[in-house]
Amino acid sequence: MIQLVDVRKTFDDGKVVLKGISTVFESGKTNLIIGQSGSGKTVLMKCIVGLFEPTAGQILYHDRDFVSMGKHERMLLRREMGMIFQSAALFDSLSVLENVMFPLDMFSADSYKERRRRAQFCLDRVNLADAGEKFPGEISGGMQKRVAIARAIALNPKYLFCDEPNSGLDPKTSLVIDGLIHSITREFGTTTIINTHDMNSVMGIGEHIIYIYEGYKEWEGTKDEVMGSDNEKLNSFIFASDLFRKVKAANS
Amino acid sequence: MILSSYLHALGRYLMLMGRVFSVPEKFVMYWRQYVKEMIKLGLDSIVIVLIVSFFIGAVICIQIKMNIESAWMPHWVSGYVTREIMLLEFSSSIMCLILSGKVGSNIATEIGTMRVTQQIDALEIMGVNSASYLILPKIAGMITMMPLLVILSTVSGILGAYAAAYIGHILTPAHLTEGLQYDFHPWFFWMGVVKSLFFAFIITSVPAYYGYRVEGGSVEVGKASTDAVVASSMIVLFSDIFLTRLLS
Ligand SMILES: Nc1ncnc2c1ncn2[C@@H]1O[C@H](COP(=O)(O)OP(=O)(O)OP(=O)(O)O)[C@@H](O)[C@H]1O
Ligand SMILES: [Mg+2]
Repeated sequence: MIQLVDVRKTFDDGKVVLKGISTVFESGKTNLIIGQSGSGKTVLMKCIVGLFEPTAGQILYHDRDFVSMGKHERMLLRREMGMIFQSAALFDSLSVLENVMFPLDMFSADSYKERRRRAQFCLDRVNLADAGEKFPGEISGGMQKRVAIARAIALNPKYLFCDEPNSGLDPKTSLVIDGLIHSITREFGTTTIINTHDMNSVMGIGEHIIYIYEGYKEWEGTKDEVMGSDNEKLNSFIFASDLFRKVKAANS
Repeated sequence: MILSSYLHALGRYLMLMGRVFSVPEKFVMYWRQYVKEMIKLGLDSIVIVLIVSFFIGAVICIQIKMNIESAWMPHWVSGYVTREIMLLEFSSSIMCLILSGKVGSNIATEIGTMRVTQQIDALEIMGVNSASYLILPKIAGMITMMPLLVILSTVSGILGAYAAAYIGHILTPAHLTEGLQYDFHPWFFWMGVVKSLFFAFIITSVPAYYGYRVEGGSVEVGKASTDAVVASSMIVLFSDIFLTRLLS
């Protein structure tokens, strides 16, 4: 469980991006953060994992406050985190298998054989069993995302962060990735937070959704509530797509 | 204004070095990187060091012989001057200046690219001390390989001088040998090595600092790479003066 208490972020140049966000992300659920491009989703996620320091507020990981933690404590807590970046961020000097093995090599006391088996298992999990010897530059964007997922889950993280896991992917691959993240979350009781503006993901795996608008949490709910909401700002975001407008018309 | 921005940069550099020199999470992983860096920064620089030193050695010998030596000077002067220049300045300082171009741009670009493609963030999220993992093996690797490069440079320079004697017939090899052996202080050799160790630290840590703090994209990485080479060359030059005064 991760709890945000009035998280604010103002940049040095005076730009106010987050204006007080409070919510609870529960374990074993896929938590979605949605909002327009530039609304502050990435900034919020970076504040949660500590790549940005929030200007004010608390971020509680199972009641441990991340913001006031010392460097060393943070480093230990981070070993329980996995993150998939908007750009995959694979280590391009390492092969796919070595990428997935990296966190294991760094932190696991297992033998080489066991670490390798674990990495291979994670690659199987994302349907990339045969790509282990390739380098990140030699595989497609969708495959890179999947390798990033494999690397993020190698150490069985308690917390999983995904910044737009579907951006730039075709709808079918997106579905596969959403399904993967969802089943991992279920299986291991992971606290999963996903940034997205992909409505298919929202309708598919939106067990808990928060909608960010101009730095505020404008709306919060589940995928079953999102279509029927009468929040104007949320509706203008969701029904920007013609398709969803038609779906809504057909439903009512 | 300018002074305060330099002081800020110095402060940030020192803070980064504070993070670099910390206890490794897992020694084996650092060792693996260390070996890689010794090969990439050290072994892969040998060819350029040999070539440059060979020609400079030859040219110094020829210049001294043709332009400085006169009837009243002893015939060992060319060999003597060649040896002293190679030992005291070229094989340590000037060679590091040349290497700062090669090694410096390599390091700044590599780390800068990792920064803008979020690979450094990925390391941090895993709970790895990215500064230490990426930079410490480079500094240690270069410092380890530097004495070897200095020795090879000196040897290659002297071979260059012999080439001038045997192939160019500029002076007799016997005179050259006599000059090379005349009034030899072993300390001069060690002084070159000691200086080069400092420079090895500078030409790896300064570009690493520039690469590590890149923000933006490929344009900024390119700029960081240029800035890194300029800054580390300057610092090598300035510190050369102080080190030379200190060690002489
Ligand atoms: N380092 C920074 N310094 C100053 N402003 C920043 C910084 N990073 C982000 N911002 C600003 O914060 C705002 C939110 O950016 P953010 O990247 O969080 O958007 P986003 O919701 O993730 O958008 P997208 O869906 O396009 O990824 C933007 O207006 C951006 O200009
Ligand atoms: Mg974003």
